[in-house]
Amino acid sequence: MSTQRIVFVGVGGQGNLLASNLLGQAALAAGQHVVVSEIHGMAQRGGVVESAVILGDATSPIVSNGEADVLVSFEPVEALRLLNKVNKDSLVITNTRPLPPFTVAIGAASYPAPEESVAFLKKKLDKVIAFDGQSLAEEAKNPLSLNMVMLGALFGAVDLPIDVKTMKKIIRTQTKKRFAAANVLAFDLGYKAAA
Amino acid sequence: MDVLLTPSGGKEHLLLGNEAIVRGALEAGMAFATCYPGTPSSEVPDTLYRLRKQFPNKVKYYFEYSTNEKVALECAAGAAASGVRTLCTMKHVGVNVAADPLMTLAYVGVNAGMVILTADDPSLFSSQNEQDNRYYARLSGLPMLEPCGPAEAKEMTSYCFELSEELGSPVMIRTTTRVNHAREAVPFVKLGKVKQTSKFKKNPMQYVTVPAVSRNLHLRLLNIYNQAQAISEQSPYNQIVGKGKLGIITSGVAANYVMDAVGDLGAKSKIKVFKLGFTYPLPEKKIARFLKSVDKVLIVEELEPILEEAVKALAQEKGISVEIVGKVAGKVPAKSVDIEAPGFFSRAFEYNPRLVREVIAKTFGLKFTEPAEISLAGMPTPPGRPPNLCPGCPHRATYFAVKEVAGDEAIYPTDIGCYTLGVLPPIKAADFLICMGSSVSSSGGISRATGQKVVSFIGDSTFFHSGITGLVNAVHNNHNFTLVVLDNGTTAMTGHQPHPGVNTEAIGDATTHIPLEPLIKGLGVQHVVTIKPFKVRAAKKAIEEAIAFEGVSVVISQELCPLFARRVAPTTKRVFQVVEDKCKGHLDCIKKVACPAMFVENGQARINPLQCIGCALCAQICPENAILPVKAKG
Repeated sequence: MSTQRIVFVGVGGQGNLLASNLLGQAALAAGQHVVVSEIHGMAQRGGVVESAVILGDATSPIVSNGEADVLVSFEPVEALRLLNKVNKDSLVITNTRPLPPFTVAIGAASYPAPEESVAFLKKKLDKVIAFDGQSLAEEAKNPLSLNMVMLGALFGAVDLPIDVKTMKKIIRTQTKKRFAAANVLAFDLGYKAAA
Repeated sequence: MDVLLTPSGGKEHLLLGNEAIVRGALEAGMAFATCYPGTPSSEVPDTLYRLRKQFPNKVKYYFEYSTNEKVALECAAGAAASGVRTLCTMKHVGVNVAADPLMTLAYVGVNAGMVILTADDPSLFSSQNEQDNRYYARLSGLPMLEPCGPAEAKEMTSYCFELSEELGSPVMIRTTTRVNHAREAVPFVKLGKVKQTSKFKKNPMQYVTVPAVSRNLHLRLLNIYNQAQAISEQSPYNQIVGKGKLGIITSGVAANYVMDAVGDLGAKSKIKVFKLGFTYPLPEKKIARFLKSVDKVLIVEELEPILEEAVKALAQEKGISVEIVGKVAGKVPAKSVDIEAPGFFSRAFEYNPRLVREVIAKTFGLKFTEPAEISLAGMPTPPGRPPNLCPGCPHRATYFAVKEVAGDEAIYPTDIGCYTLGVLPPIKAADFLICMGSSVSSSGGISRATGQKVVSFIGDSTFFHSGITGLVNAVHNNHNFTLVVLDNGTTAMTGHQPHPGVNTEAIGDATTHIPLEPLIKGLGVQHVVTIKPFKVRAAKKAIEEAIAFEGVSVVISQELCPLFARRVAPTTKRVFQVVEDKCKGHLDCIKKVACPAMFVENGQARINPLQCIGCALCAQICPENAILPVKAKG
């Protein structure tokens, strides 16, 4: 069986680790071999947060440069920052709503326009899906559900060995009760945006 | 109910490596656990703490966050000598703190299973160094096992309790970040029976290490080594996979990279892999037979060439002339980046699948087509996104006040915690840091050697961990500096664990609270003052007086970590806004403190109302008084 290597990147607070954990749970429920890896420690302090989900035969918990099949980015410049993870056949799915870091606020760095970032991605790769995922999260009435939007987009765009029903069941049962309905809606909106 | 407390076995669950270690301990009937938290080990104690709190009637073990790793290990040693199964967890540098008891605990041994977890951090994701704690097994003489992933981590943890009892010796289990923080399916067996209490049986000839006793105990330890080695020779954790005339010896998470690479290279019939899990003592006879059965051997291990040196020494001793390669001696990677593939094995940083595949291919002359990389030339530069102190973090206010008083000239020794982020601009109040507690002790050295003004910073948990002895030293030896204790009421960096200075009522723990001020006064410090950092003017005045004091002075800057406060003492403060008519664009608020809730728009400061928590620091900095609370609605 082939291996699918999916890398998630975002900013602390965007729920990146929850997304990769839920995808891992769904994979297990679907009877797939899966390894998930996370980087902890700085998640609540506004730094870059990265995780990986590896489906299939591989046992390594991490993804080397050039070896991600899919890069799911919760923030447009973070897609650029992790672009060394992908190769020319990879798919990049990115949210286009910027979240400028404080280095920009204090004038120590400048923030490239999201259109410019997306244009670069499209110039380098055949498979790019870019959309304002944050507005879909807001449409789902939970601004913190961007992670579910991006997970939905992953399912909409990629043929995964996990069926959508299983994924949604995991979202319903493993996320906080009062957000469960909004989370499933966010997943659906993301799915449609990328399908 | 939590899945980790499932009484029965049989099913598989997706677990984090650290949760798997907890389950392994529970399946072994662990009765006692101590720790000091630290990445990447923290989820082990945090899970034990949480389970005990949530399910007080279901869990049967005693658990504590100890003041530091030395204390944790000594406390655990007492329990294990008394005859209950004990787990003690820490990060790799924590073992340095616990090294003193570790060396002699190895002599006296234990009376019930005792497992010591050392969680190493290759590539320094969250640590001050990337030391290889496999050396501690060799230094202490204790057996060591190294899991390659969560499932093995669970199984080995359980097994280590058995092994420990068989040998009468503590056993170390060594993980790396990629094992602690990976998730995979972990098969459960049923929970173990817990023997909660026991009786201490006096035996001074084993437990009181005067020289006459320890001479015999050293011989005991050497005999245990021999016994453990015989077990290692037969261990199912030391396993040969595949066949062929090319050999690889590997251990830990690198074993996964090797297995994937052998598959990717289509070399399953050419390469034979010796995957080691019981890594100290090494199964020397089995390794010697392996060396004789192949034409060339590659050693794949992260960090130090420990296996490589042992295997080469063994080959020499047994007169085996097979070529053995591993690290390239003396060669250093050009860049300190994480998952880069420098094309050879060095002693720096973790490995990754691609690096391992490339080196295997090169070593054995195998072909592989790498995926087509893309050129990143012309890419818009992503702005740096270093982690930053949170909006409303009291450390920011304390740093601001100290910098206003002592400027850039003072020397700022710092310590380990969130506040180490004070090294970043614009705060830049961190000049020296080597380990937990070094802020206090090094301050004495710097001020004595230079006569320069020294103001050092330490967090409350770190102060209890290893700041107290340094402060006693400073008072006793008449040093001259100011220590600022950043007292945010919790161990914020590693996830809000309690410590002796925590208000135990607020978190509903039955432990005893030790307030800082009387403690510090009791140590003999003559000038001690407690400030509220968000009262900027008063804070500055108190800091000024403390710095002017000849001798050791201490400022306790007291304000709860806002993330912790949100949980234990939620308040709603009005958020602030910039009044556009008043803001003249000095941007002092942004340039001096860089709160993540603030940004610049049309040359004026702005506040993101979703991030602001109303700490009012910026309002007190603004020379135009242009930052005011948002008026309450209605």
